[in-house]
Amino acid sequence: MSELFSGTVAGLSAALRARKLSSVELTETLLRRVENAQAALNAFVTIDREGALAQARAADALLATANPPPLAGVPIAHKDVMMTAGLRTTCSSKMLANFVAPYDAHVVTGLKNAGTVLLGKTNMDEFAMGSSNETSHFGPVRNPWNLDYVPGGSSGGSAASVAARLCPAASGTDTGGSIRQPASLTGICGLKPTYGTCSRYGLIAFASSLDTPGMFARTAEDCGLLLNAMAGHDPRDSTSLDRPREDYTRDLGSTERQPLAGLRIGLPREYFGAGVDPDVAAAIEAALAEYRKLGAITVDIGLPNVKLSVPVYYVIAPAEASSNLSRFDGVRYGHRAAKYTDLLDMYKKSRAEGFGAEVKRRILTGTYVLSHGYYDAYYLKAQQVRRLIADDFTRAYQQCDMIMGPTAPAPAFKIGDKTDDPVQMYLNDIFTIAANLTGAPAISIPVGFDRRGLPIGMQVQSNYFTEARLLNVAHQFQQTTDWHARAPTGYAS
Amino acid sequence: MTWEVVIGLETHAQLSTVSKIFSGASTAFGAAPNTQASAVDIALPGVLPVLNRGAVERAIRFGLAVGGTISPRSIFARKNYFYPDLPKGYQISQYEIPVVVGGGVAIVSPTRGEFFVELTRAHLEEDAGKSLHEDFQGMSGIDLNRAGTPLLEIVTEPVLRSAEEAVMYAKALHGLVRWIGICDGNMQEGSFRCDANVSVRREGEALGTRCEIKNLNSFRFMQEAIEFEVRRQIDLIEDGGRVVQETRLYDPDKHETRSMRSKEDAQDYRYFPDPDLPPLTIAPAWVAQVKASMPELPAAMKARLTTEYELSSADASLLTTDRETADYFESVVEELYRLFEQPTRSPSHNLAFAKGAANWMSGEIFSAMNRDDIAMKNVPLSGKVLAKVMLRCGDNTISLASGRTLIRDLWAAGQSIPDEVDQLIEARGLRQISDAGAIGTIVDDVIAANPAIVAEVRAGKEKAFNALVGKVMAASKGKANPAQVNAILKSKLG
Repeated sequence: MSELFSGTVAGLSAALRARKLSSVELTETLLRRVENAQAALNAFVTIDREGALAQARAADALLATANPPPLAGVPIAHKDVMMTAGLRTTCSSKMLANFVAPYDAHVVTGLKNAGTVLLGKTNMDEFAMGSSNETSHFGPVRNPWNLDYVPGGSSGGSAASVAARLCPAASGTDTGGSIRQPASLTGICGLKPTYGTCSRYGLIAFASSLDTPGMFARTAEDCGLLLNAMAGHDPRDSTSLDRPREDYTRDLGSTERQPLAGLRIGLPREYFGAGVDPDVAAAIEAALAEYRKLGAITVDIGLPNVKLSVPVYYVIAPAEASSNLSRFDGVRYGHRAAKYTDLLDMYKKSRAEGFGAEVKRRILTGTYVLSHGYYDAYYLKAQQVRRLIADDFTRAYQQCDMIMGPTAPAPAFKIGDKTDDPVQMYLNDIFTIAANLTGAPAISIPVGFDRRGLPIGMQVQSNYFTEARLLNVAHQFQQTTDWHARAPTGYAS
Repeated sequence: MTWEVVIGLETHAQLSTVSKIFSGASTAFGAAPNTQASAVDIALPGVLPVLNRGAVERAIRFGLAVGGTISPRSIFARKNYFYPDLPKGYQISQYEIPVVVGGGVAIVSPTRGEFFVELTRAHLEEDAGKSLHEDFQGMSGIDLNRAGTPLLEIVTEPVLRSAEEAVMYAKALHGLVRWIGICDGNMQEGSFRCDANVSVRREGEALGTRCEIKNLNSFRFMQEAIEFEVRRQIDLIEDGGRVVQETRLYDPDKHETRSMRSKEDAQDYRYFPDPDLPPLTIAPAWVAQVKASMPELPAAMKARLTTEYELSSADASLLTTDRETADYFESVVEELYRLFEQPTRSPSHNLAFAKGAANWMSGEIFSAMNRDDIAMKNVPLSGKVLAKVMLRCGDNTISLASGRTLIRDLWAAGQSIPDEVDQLIEARGLRQISDAGAIGTIVDDVIAANPAIVAEVRAGKEKAFNALVGKVMAASKGKANPAQVNAILKSKLG
């Protein structure tokens, strides 16, 4: 029975195809787990029991045919930032608390076409703004490894769900680390693909030039299976890349003794300095030792401008957000104040009531940096530095194939610990933001636990469009370690 | 003290694409509110803009037509402001790098003669929706059908010096955008809208403070509004006041402009490049392809009319006002070649046919258009019919006067079949008497009946001769060939 919920996407998919279990049976099991965990974890905003079972029945019918779609019958969850036709889509905001999406996001369609079953929508930081899932209008998500701790954010609900074995995989979005940081804090895998690989159509925009759909799973292989269904050119998104389709799992499965022989791992000095929790540093060192056993060599590299990532990000992301969130004005949909005197008053009250504190903080910041007289000093300068950061990586990839380091400077922190100090909160993303600024892919994989038993993640970054190789580098580590297979107490059975 | 008026115009030309600039929704005018607003147009969460190539193609056509530079790389920016008919809370426009830079439009100024109105730029942007304040008690309705309609905003340098010049430029531009098929030019439906920046200065001084006048949706309003505004600014300064930079609205009922918002209220639009749209790149091959599909431009045609047909500059300008007029003129000339059985073009026929067509068009067609207040495309009389009437005047079947009568009749009947011209001539008995014997008989009768006038003619009074001609014409009920009447009278009295 336990394999039903602890199974991976690959394992469950094989079992479903072999008709060893039905999707209805699996879906029912997971729905019960989701419902039972809700009080403790608050991982879901919407649970779609009826819809999920209907999809499971349809999947079972497909599984009885000769050629079922690749992920037929596998239950998943979507971060509530993804538009899902007919299903409430809230972005964890009061602004959209009752908003039912009239269409599916591109990645939702992709996973639907692949045959997955949607259990529901996962909780998140409001409008994906946050690193702890504490800004949600629906309350914080709790970390299944310790309920007093945050799961990270903004995709905290998806991360907690996969970690707690409520579903084998879930979608997320990563604007500054919103997939990788919660993956790290909950002990699972989280992949942010190259910008433009997965269409943003139907993803409620936070910062358009940074927002990247991606996924959580427990193995790198599963990430590849989901990416196969989510990637692909979409003419509805002008930043979607028109590239040939590829199988992101194609590089997996080497049986050589040193499958990563010759792989050059770059270790940026900037990722290993002061400010990194000693338990995190130790776990990363151990993981690197494992990689050397697999045949990789490590080289020291420098990314001198990466230290500017956080300030650059906190100019560009709020600037874009301040404009993207203007459509939430109470005129056509979403929250509108009950009482107002005139148009301006309606705008003010609707937005004041509909948005939480963190969203307002970023709208104000963004409005400020785009203002007349400040644009050049902030927005333009930030874009210039963004280019310098990308140049750092271009140079680095002449010396190495992958770049490794901690995903976050420390394991999970306690709920409430950083809510009064936005800057401390923002520094959680210090290692993840650069990949959003450059658009290159990055994955976080579990590499150990701290002295309190909280998970530690390692970030592996690589050059544009090298997801297949990146996934194999993560996959080979998971062939000789079992960090990814550890389940939090209370969710292991 | 002489005042100099300085005017720059900003024109929004709605591009004639079938679908919107960033969505697949229809741009057709007049549909029920909000039936042509897609998910993208109403700015649902998660939707993204995709640029319509047809809109870019039209911008390229415009750039080529005005001799501007087509930017190989231009940027779409967001102009941020809140208004209920602006669904995204920002308008996608072009700010720092527009699709077309420079170029110009030639006009013939009443005071300065041939004059080239330089353009600053032309950029692509989307239109907003409409707020309907009248139909709802204490509330406003929002119609988003127009939201996302493609516009080309065309901006002149401040080089216009009078309301007349501004109107001439606007008319020339209006003709041009219709000529090259990028805008239907329908001003009532808002397809062609102008704002005027107006300032005054004493000659030789630096530019004065300008006011922007909005809502100039007809050429007449533009003229009135600018004239009013110029007068207002001069009076203000002469009374010791100062012009305040502001946006003013023209009220066509009161014939005045009034303040809408001052510069102090001006919003900070927080322009920044739209991260949803990559830079618009236009390869030279695309420009070349558009160039190959361009029609002869009005300026080129005008030059051709003055050289090939030796028409006056004024006639050539008039005939190239818009595509329909030019087409009409060409169809008349072509039909005349056919009717007079001239298989090949020759300079002498070119001259005769073109001059004739130009005279008949300005004499009969344009005046009837003015009288009935209709546009060229609604003229009920085809070029072929006009040519047939000209043929019948030319071969002396009917008199010029009868030709004019015939045109009025055909116009009123909405006549467009050339064959029916001959039938109508017979039915109306307009056929001219060109038989010398028949005319001679009438002349004899008139001489016999008017001895006093004949005596005056013999005494050398020119006027008296004309009176006799008039009496012969009257006696023939206008059908006698006037040239023959003249000749026969002269010989009989001489």
